[in-house]
Amino acid sequence: MTEQEVIERIDSSLAEEFELDRADMTPEANIYDDLGLDSLDTVDMVIVLEGAFDFKIREEEAVRNIRTLGDIHRFVLEKVTQNS
Amino acid sequence: MHRVAITGIGIISCLGNDLNSVGLALREGRSGVVVDPERVELGFRSPLTGQIRDFDFSVLSRKQRKSMPDFAVWAYACAAEALAMAGLTAADIQNDQTGLIYGCDSSCIAAVEQVDTLREKKETKAIGSGQIFRSMTSSITMNLNTLFQTRGACWSLSSACSSGGHAIGQAADLIRLGRQERVLCGGAQEINWESMCSFDGLGAFSARVDEPAAASRPFDADRDGLVPGGGAATVVLERYDLAQKRGATILGELLGYGFSSDGGQLSVPSEDGISRAMRMALDQSGLMAAEIDYLCAHATSTPAGDAAEAINICKVFGPKTPPISSLKSMTGHELWMSGASQVVYSTIMAQQGFIAANINYQQPDSALPELNIIRETILHPPTKVVCNSAGFGGTNSALVLAFS
Repeated sequence: MTEQEVIERIDSSLAEEFELDRADMTPEANIYDDLGLDSLDTVDMVIVLEGAFDFKIREEEAVRNIRTLGDIHRFVLEKVTQNS
Repeated sequence: MHRVAITGIGIISCLGNDLNSVGLALREGRSGVVVDPERVELGFRSPLTGQIRDFDFSVLSRKQRKSMPDFAVWAYACAAEALAMAGLTAADIQNDQTGLIYGCDSSCIAAVEQVDTLREKKETKAIGSGQIFRSMTSSITMNLNTLFQTRGACWSLSSACSSGGHAIGQAADLIRLGRQERVLCGGAQEINWESMCSFDGLGAFSARVDEPAAASRPFDADRDGLVPGGGAATVVLERYDLAQKRGATILGELLGYGFSSDGGQLSVPSEDGISRAMRMALDQSGLMAAEIDYLCAHATSTPAGDAAEAINICKVFGPKTPPISSLKSMTGHELWMSGASQVVYSTIMAQQGFIAANINYQQPDSALPELNIIRETILHPPTKVVCNSAGFGGTNSALVLAFS
């Protein structure tokens, strides 16, 4: 899977789960302030990403530090690279 | 003491998802009872149930629905309808003087789903963020509070099948005492086999599977049990003077609320319990029993329950009772919602100019005292109404309504 494909899968999964407008989903978008997620949504974000990529997310500290969509992209890309 | 006006109603019911459809079904005596094939497969003694059809869940976003079981979404939809009818805007209700009180005594499906997920996934985080809020019996009021942003009373009330009746009664009391200016109140009931399987196991449901529409037959000699149903019902109660002042259309007045408990058995109602609630409600209303021109009975179509209510009714009204119908003959028993839906149904009838019949009442039960059961739709509106509801454990509610 190319980097672009990974990013596309992240964005489409999150867009579906949280009913986001793809136009708002820029890498700089703050997931709380710009995309309107809250702390409860991060629980479901982890489930969605685990389902989309078939991996387990155990880095709770790293998840807590996520602020932007770009942070999610980097976090997932790193895990995908580690696993491959 | 303040007077209490009814200024808005809304309902999602097996008879329809709006006031006109529900009114038409009540007038025509149409049943909403069906056979659920899944219950047949699962070995239910009775697969009969009320069913909500064609409900549009997109009234709320997926994110908003994540913390809501289906019955809380139904409650939202009928509350929005009731608020629109009352002409109350967001600004009118986002204050300390507006409350939410709903009757609810289970949220079974969410509890089942979260346990199933954990057993499968072996980690709690896989359950997701919504189930904790979906699984609480206060799910309706906590969700409606975040959606409507009211700031006053906010709680759910659990008293089995009288939950909805007590919720409306308590809401009226808060207004009467000057502690709230308006309360959205009502009740909601889930409809899924998971929430009904243990009740089915008691053998209390009608087994008249070949004739679903004839299965619920309160007070009839051939009644053989209740049919479970559900949905959601909302009533907007307001301080009468304030409703008048803002020019609201006043649909009716809640004149009295009475409550009692049996201090008796878990599942068999007593011969005086609900009569004490009716007397208390009548006392508060200032009406005499003889002035009541419609009694919306609790009667669920069980042999023992209907018999007990019949005795209780005669204790209050004597041998000449007001016209009586149990609308459960059409809706089945809406359980936690039923005490609230009776208020909505009665208000619909007052608005639309009729009194619904107790369908399927064909053969009077010779073991019961004589009651004036309505066999055919009466083509004039009720004006002074008593709504009864009673729950497991012997907890009773009676409401007195007036329409002009």
